[in-house]
Amino acid sequence: MKLKTVILAGTALAFAGSAALATDLTLVSWGGAYQSSQKNAYTDPYSAENPDVTVIWDESSAEAVAKLRAMNEAGNITWDLVDVVASDAIRLCDEGLAMEINPDTDLAAAPDGTPASEDFGDLLVSECFIPQIVYSTTFGYRSDIDEWGGKEPTEICDIFDLETFPGKRSLEKRPINNMEWALLCDGVPKEDVYTVLETEEGQDRAFKKLDSIKDNVVWWSAGAETPQLLADKEVVIGSTYNGRLFALIEEQKQPVKMLWDAQVFDLDGWIIPAGLPEDRLAEVKKLVMYATDTQRLADQAKYISYGPARKSSAPLVGKHASLGIDMAPHMPTDPNNAKNTFLYNYEWWADYRDDIDAKFQAWLAQ
Amino acid sequence: MSDTTQDGQVLTTQDGRPLKAALGRALFREKLRAFLLVAPLLIFILITFVAPIIDMLHRSVENSIVEETLPKTVVALQEWDPGSGEVPDEAVFAALYDDMVVAVDKKTHTRLGSRLNYEQSGISSLFRKTGRRIKRMDEGEPLKDQFLAADKKWGDVTTWQVLKQFSPAYTGGYFLNAFDAKLGPEGVELKPADERIYLFLFGRTLFLSIVITLSCLLLGYPIAFLLAALPLRTSNLLMILVLLPFWTSLLVRTSAWKVLLQQQGVINDFLVWINLISDSGRLVMINNQTGTIIAMTHILLPFMILPLYSVMKTISPTYVRAAKSLGANDWTAFWRVYFPQSVPGIGAGAVLVFILSIGYYITPELVGGTSGIFISNRIAYHISSSLNWGLAAALGTLLLVAVLVLFVVYDKIVGIDNVKLG
Repeated sequence: MKLKTVILAGTALAFAGSAALATDLTLVSWGGAYQSSQKNAYTDPYSAENPDVTVIWDESSAEAVAKLRAMNEAGNITWDLVDVVASDAIRLCDEGLAMEINPDTDLAAAPDGTPASEDFGDLLVSECFIPQIVYSTTFGYRSDIDEWGGKEPTEICDIFDLETFPGKRSLEKRPINNMEWALLCDGVPKEDVYTVLETEEGQDRAFKKLDSIKDNVVWWSAGAETPQLLADKEVVIGSTYNGRLFALIEEQKQPVKMLWDAQVFDLDGWIIPAGLPEDRLAEVKKLVMYATDTQRLADQAKYISYGPARKSSAPLVGKHASLGIDMAPHMPTDPNNAKNTFLYNYEWWADYRDDIDAKFQAWLAQ
Repeated sequence: MSDTTQDGQVLTTQDGRPLKAALGRALFREKLRAFLLVAPLLIFILITFVAPIIDMLHRSVENSIVEETLPKTVVALQEWDPGSGEVPDEAVFAALYDDMVVAVDKKTHTRLGSRLNYEQSGISSLFRKTGRRIKRMDEGEPLKDQFLAADKKWGDVTTWQVLKQFSPAYTGGYFLNAFDAKLGPEGVELKPADERIYLFLFGRTLFLSIVITLSCLLLGYPIAFLLAALPLRTSNLLMILVLLPFWTSLLVRTSAWKVLLQQQGVINDFLVWINLISDSGRLVMINNQTGTIIAMTHILLPFMILPLYSVMKTISPTYVRAAKSLGANDWTAFWRVYFPQSVPGIGAGAVLVFILSIGYYITPELVGGTSGIFISNRIAYHISSSLNWGLAAALGTLLLVAVLVLFVVYDKIVGIDNVKLG
């Protein structure tokens, strides 16, 4: 009788002990090369230092906003840390689905002691957003098109020049970026783009400019489409995320070159879902503190050509982990690439996205 | 029939109970048993199918967020006449201040902002901006001026009109939107032509679904005929060929069509190679309606062939033989004798393919380009990107109603009992 009690108590204790020791953290990201860069740079070293933490990956970032809202309504948050683009982070913050953070207490300071809020600087675009990388949406073009007679596109407006650069283009099936590029090439100065786009006439102007190439555009909705279309020679120029083009050019050795002009910077980073229980939140905060420090962000650039979001990480960017090439010249933030850049206006798009998207879809369908 | 004998005695069973009661009890027990047998399925369907649909229907009109977030403002606004062309007075701003202080504390003001932004661009940032300024406002000073200083949109009558229009707990706004309409000063009106999209997409979805159903029928009928006519061994082999793509992943098949149909793809390469078309005149067969029709016809073909086959299998070959022995030629025997007997299969296959294709999402998204996408693609956009679930629910409801109406029409024309799956 006594022995049985002891055994029972012992097992119960063992179970309780193991439950307290092992922590499962569910991280949500985009899958593919990007997610593995995060695994290599952040979570693998973290798990090595904290053997009791098991990281589970979920590739749902594309639907993260909708899923988080559904989880919130159901009252059961199963995610611990979610990777989203900045505009989604703002949306989640607005909806009360993401937790507000304090950069100076929740994030590590730079090695020289600069507080995180200064190290990240303007990139902290929302109270809930923890930036990781700066990426850009930019163009790649094939360098083996005979019809071009040796010429190569050098500036954004060459996209709209069907005479010098005939052939199909691929553009993203949404108004963001395309409207700005169209206005820039219609002669609107960079600083006035959003004020012009706010007016009915400005929107018509952008659509008119896009009309000039509409018949020659293949519209994409997944980032992998443009690289595929370029590799198949289905299109001659196409917009996509710069990291995808890096893989196409440097890893798959396709005859494709980068057109960095008027690249649109955007941010990607973490949010912590609102309403996590205390113990899980503490674990998540520990991981975030580690995974967004200066060295970890610099490490990520070894695997993928996206710029670290911290100023202090930039000098630490080295060579690619397997290709051995210098990564700095492939970063969207490299001075040679960033001669003419465009900043995505989050606040503005949060206001006008619904309206302009309806118009854009109607325009596409015409 | 009566339960009494001629001399008025009640009929009883052997143990003396009235026959009627005994029968009733036996029947009740039987019914109960039958009900218990189907109960698990019934409960399953109620929970996983009926409840979500009711929830969706509810979402398409539900709008309590305004009332919940700004309760005092909604009450104060009842006095205000939206047609007056003037911004509400200080009392309303005072109510708004009280509501906003609470809302900012609970962080619900931005949620309301994104809800109202669906109706009027700019309200999202209005609430965000005002939320940041609210703590610095002074309750003792006139609040109207302070709100106007925080954002001049508070001085815009349209902002208040939207707020008032959407203050009731239920709204028809999502449905109006789904019909490309809005509530203007003179009642319901269509949106400007460059913003109309949903009716057009509904029309296209119906049209393409009909085209896909017809092409499935044209391609599937001969195959099913052959399957039913051939000896078992060969027809089994053929059946596997029909089922093989059915068992292959949808995404794989759709991607395969991309490889085949694109301009630098297999079919175009072949046509150029045999000199049927020039290298510069390659056909555009994907990222448009053609791509959607081809890929979806292929994907949905088994849903046409299988019901057709199972019906044709039951048609006895003796009928056709009898027709021929009575002097009918091949065509007459087929058209007058065989075909009418296969109509229930056509009905079942057509309804199946049509209903599947009307709600299709992933294939049009991948191969449809801009001219081949369906209404479901917009529903998916509003669910996952714009988070306008109310509009998505309204569009979904309309799609559901459209399908039900078509079903009734089908019943009237063909007859629902004329559908057979085997």
